[in-house]
This record gives sequence, C-alpha cells and structure tokens, in this order.
Amino acid sequence: MQRLVFAFIAGGLFGAGLFISGMTDTSKVQGWLDVFGHWDPTLAFVMGGAILPMAVAWAFTRGRKPLVGGDFPAPAEPKLGRNLVLGSVLFGAGWGLAGLCPGPSVASLSYGGWPHWVFFAAMLAGMFAAPKVRARLDTAVPAE
Amino acid sequence: MLEMIPVDWVWGLIGGLLIGTGGAVFLLANGRIMGASGIIGGLVDGSGRNSSAERIVFLIGVFLLPILIKPLYRPFETHATTNIAVLVAAGLLVGIGTRIANGCTSGHGVCGISRLSLRGMVATVFYIMAGGLTVVLFRHILGVI
Repeated sequence: MQRLVFAFIAGGLFGAGLFISGMTDTSKVQGWLDVFGHWDPTLAFVMGGAILPMAVAWAFTRGRKPLVGGDFPAPAEPKLGRNLVLGSVLFGAGWGLAGLCPGPSVASLSYGGWPHWVFFAAMLAGMFAAPKVRARLDTAVPAE
Repeated sequence: MLEMIPVDWVWGLIGGLLIGTGGAVFLLANGRIMGASGIIGGLVDGSGRNSSAERIVFLIGVFLLPILIKPLYRPFETHATTNIAVLVAAGLLVGIGTRIANGCTSGHGVCGISRLSLRGMVATVFYIMAGGLTVVLFRHILGVI
C-alpha cells in the first residue's frame, strides 16, 4: 500500500510538472528541436530543473535503502551498444515528428484532444511490437 | 532585469523542479527509476507484471494531476498536428525506439544524466540530434509538420 501511495505522489508531481513546464505543448518541444527556425530554449530549463532534485536524490541513496524496502537500482551500466544508439535515433525521429514523448503523452491525454489519443495508441502498439523488433534485430546483426 | 526573462522559461524551471521531485520520491521511497517509457512499456509487453499495480497508480497520477490543476492555470493549447499519418508514425517510432534504447527523456534524460550515466548522456545526445534533424527535414525541407 505504501508503495502505491508514493507511486501516486511521484506520478502526480511528474504530471503536474509536465503540465506547468509547457512540455505537453508540442510546439514548445518542436521549437526546442528547431534550431534553424524559431528556437525555443524552454526545454533546457525543464531538464535543468528536473536534474537538480534528482542529482540530490542519487547522492542521498549512497549507503541507504529505499523507504519502503528493497534495494536501489544497480549502478548505471557503462556499456553503450547498438541498441542504445539505434533506439534513441528512432525515438528522436518520432519525438521530432509529433513533439511528444512518453511522459507528456500520458499527461496530455485529458486535454490534448483526439490527436493525443492517436499518438498514444500508436506508441502502445510500438511498445508492444518492440520485443519482437529487438529480437529480429539481434538475430540479423548481433549487438555487442 | 527580471522582466527580461521570458515567463515560459520560469514556468519551465518550476515544472522541471516538480518533475525532478517526482523522480526523487519514486527513487528514495520505492527504489525505482522514474522512466515513463519503461513504466508504460513494462505494462504493455508484460515484462513489468510483478510491479503492475505500482506502474498503473503512477500513470493515474500523471494523467490526473493536470486535470486538477488545469482550472488554476492560464489557457493552454497543445498545438498537436492533426495529420493522422504523422501521429501514427511518430507514436510507433517513439514506442519502438524508447523500448529498444531502454529509456526516453525521463529515464535516460532526467534520471540518467543526474547520476552521470554515460548511457543516459549518449542516448540524450542521439535523440536530440535525431529530433533536430527530423524537424529540419519535415518542417523546413518537406513542409509536412
């Protein structure tokens, strides 16, 4: 139960932050990516603002355990690899096309209108297909 | 001096701090990395079955809070395209790409960079570059978006 309460608080803060920051406005996200057009640096402020409390939180995990028990995530893996790069390129292309990524796509469902539902449904379909795509990719050209 | 700072940047910073605080709560309380694509993807492909309740409740929070605070806020438009082909292609690319890369803007970007993860930084460089090139190609050259 405690886990669920904290998950709701975390999700609520995330959703509120995405809304207030303007990151569910696709024109602001595409504006950030549009370096040759009317460039909009807002996203950098959002990223910087989000990284600050997270960096403090990571520092705080050292030598401690999560509040509700269990363990903190393992240290970040240093391995890069093909999937990280290829996946990020595909993601970036979709992000640029619609100006939406997974977090804001959920936060904007209630007020973005039908285009946001179309994007969200297609994203779920992509996530459903991803394990098969990944398996085919690994057989065709073994990663790492 | 202060009035020279665009109000959008200030809202961006405040919103960003809230996003990071959400990530900090998820990490320090539940021991989890707040990555939207991982939380959603684990539900969709079944890999996160053991923690599905936590994932669903998190997503309800993300969905619900904008509804609650929207009446307090200035009028808001999302300016999303109404081109269905673009929306579907973009959604598929975001869904497949984030799952193959194992993270998106929140997981690799916010949570990864803040722990100085090389993977997070490399992913962020590549998705921003790909996004930039896509906007240049589809907006300025092809005129589709």
